[in-house]
Amino acid sequence: MGMTIAEKIIALAAGVPEVKAGDIHTVNLDRMMSNDGTTHLTVDMYNNKLKHPRIADAGKMVFIVDHNVPSDSPKTAASQKKMRDFARENGIDFWEGKGVCHQIMMEHYVRPGELIFGADSHTCTYGALGAFGTGVGCTDLLYGMVTGTSWVLVPETIRFNLIGKLPEGVYPRDLMLTIIGEVGANGCNYQVMEFTGDGAHGLSVNDRMVLCNLAVEAGAKTAVFEADDVALEYLKSRGREPKAVFTSDPDAHYVREYTFDLSRIQPVAARPDFVDDVVPAKEVCGVRIDEAFLGSCNNGRIDELRVGASILKGRRVSEHVRFLVVPASQEVYLQALEEGLIQTFMESGAIVMNPNCSVCWGSCQGVIGENEVLISTGTRNFKGRAGHPSSKVYLGSAATVAASAVKGEICTADML
Amino acid sequence: MEQFTGRVWVLGDDIDTDIIIPTEYLALKTIEDMKQYGFSPLRPELAGQIREGDIIVAGKNFGCGSSREQAPEVIKALGIKCIFAKSFARIFFRNSINNGLLLIEQPDLYDDIKEGDRISVTLGQEVVYQGRKYPIASLPDNLLEIINAGGLVKAMRKRNGLDERP
Repeated sequence: MGMTIAEKIIALAAGVPEVKAGDIHTVNLDRMMSNDGTTHLTVDMYNNKLKHPRIADAGKMVFIVDHNVPSDSPKTAASQKKMRDFARENGIDFWEGKGVCHQIMMEHYVRPGELIFGADSHTCTYGALGAFGTGVGCTDLLYGMVTGTSWVLVPETIRFNLIGKLPEGVYPRDLMLTIIGEVGANGCNYQVMEFTGDGAHGLSVNDRMVLCNLAVEAGAKTAVFEADDVALEYLKSRGREPKAVFTSDPDAHYVREYTFDLSRIQPVAARPDFVDDVVPAKEVCGVRIDEAFLGSCNNGRIDELRVGASILKGRRVSEHVRFLVVPASQEVYLQALEEGLIQTFMESGAIVMNPNCSVCWGSCQGVIGENEVLISTGTRNFKGRAGHPSSKVYLGSAATVAASAVKGEICTADML
Repeated sequence: MEQFTGRVWVLGDDIDTDIIIPTEYLALKTIEDMKQYGFSPLRPELAGQIREGDIIVAGKNFGCGSSREQAPEVIKALGIKCIFAKSFARIFFRNSINNGLLLIEQPDLYDDIKEGDRISVTLGQEVVYQGRKYPIASLPDNLLEIINAGGLVKAMRKRNGLDERP
C-alpha cells in the first residue's frame, strides 16, 4: 500500500518503513516552537513539577514572543521575562517583536519533510513547505522538550484537488474560507488536508501558507502541499536544504476527495461567530463596521499588504473606522516600506502597528468594545474573540477588508 | 469498571476555546483565578453554578480553536468530572487527556438530554439516562494510562523514568 506525504513524514520521524492511518507511533520531533501564549506555563511545569528536568536538544527549540508585543501589563511582562530568561539560560533560539511565530518559523526554520510541534493551533501553516506541523498544548510541548519525542496517531488524509486559477480580485483566503464553509468547522477533524493538482502547484508559498494556516479551522491536524519547485526555490533563496522531499504514492489511500475549480471561487466572508458560516461577501455588504484589521499569520504578508495598499492608494479610511495594518514580520514590514506601501497606508489614515498577533487574538491591540463590529483578515471570528462578548467579527480577504475600511461598511473592492 | 453519576450541564455545537476561557483572562496568574470566567461569553453565570462532579454534555466539535491548555484546566478546576460530546476538536482532546480530564464521544446522548438531569456512567461501557442506555467506547490503553495517572506530567515518571516532585 502506498503512503501519502503526511504518512511518509511520520514514518521517517518514527524510524519505520511504513505507517498507516490509525497507527500510534512514537516520533522524534525535528523542531518545537512555543510562543508567549503559553510558554510560561511550560516553564513553570519544567521548573516545579520535574525533579531532574533536562532539555533533550535545545537546538530544536524556538521561543517566540508575538502575542502581546510589546507587553501590555505587568502580568504579561512577567510571563515574558520568565520565557526570555529560560531561553537564555538554556541556549534556546529566542525571538521577540520580530514577527508572528509562524511567519518567523517559515522565514527561518521550516524544512520540507520535518515533523514540527508548535504550542499554537496554527502550526499547520508549515505544510506550505511540505512539512508536517501541528498544534499542541503546553504539556505536550514540555514532554517533547524533555524527551525529544512524542506520540502521534497517524491521521487519515483527505485529498483536495485544486484546478485552474483564481479570477482577478479573488484571493487564496476566499478559496480557503470557501473550502471551510463546504467541509465545516470539524469536517476534517483529526485528518490531513492535502492540496494537490495544477491549481495547487500554481500557488506561491505565500498563498499556500494562507490555505494551510486555516486548516485547523476545519478541525484538521495539519495541511500539506508537495514540496515542488516553487517550495524548493523559496527554501533555496533562504539558504536552507530540505530534510526530505515527499510526494504521495499513486496508490496512497485517501479517506475522501474534493475538487475545487479555482476559476469559480468568488469573494466570500465568514459571519460571526463561526469560521464555517461562509457566504458570498455581497450578502453581508452594508454592515456598518467600527474597525478593520489587515494582518495575522494568515494574511499579513507582503502579498496581502500589496493588495490592501492598492485599494487604499488615493483613498481615505472612513472617519468612523480604525484601520489596523499589522505586517506579519519585520522582514515583511521592511519590504512594505521599501515598496512605499506603509506610506500609502499612513496617508490614507490607517494605523500601522508593529508585527504581532494584534487583535486577531483579542488582546494587546485594537480590542473592540460592546456591540462593535470588526472586519478582519485574522484567523477566527468566535464569539468575543476580538474583545467584548457582544462584539462581532467578520472574516474576509485583504481586498474586502481594505475596501470596507474605506467605505465604513462591509463591501467588496469592486464596489468602491 | 469505574462508575459514577452526575448532574448535567448542556452546551451546544462548536464550543470554542475562547468561550471556555476568553483571551483577556489568560494573563491572570493561576487557573483558580481564571476559572470564574469559564464559559463567560456564552453563559456568565455558569462557572458559579457548576459543582464538583458535574458533567457537561455537548454537541459536535467541542473545544475547537486555540491550543490554550488553560481551557481543559479551567474545566477541570471547576470540578467537571467528564465531558460527553458528539465530537471533540483534536488539540483540545489531547490537552484534556494530558491534564487528566476525561472526554467521551457519544453520538446520541446530546439529542435526548435535558439540563439539570442526572446520568449514570460506567466507563468503557455505557451511560444510563432515564432508563435508556447509551453505549460508550473504551479509550485506548495509552490514553487511559495518562488519565489514570492524573495527566501527562504525572504519567512521565512511570513511562520515561523522569522523576516528578510529589
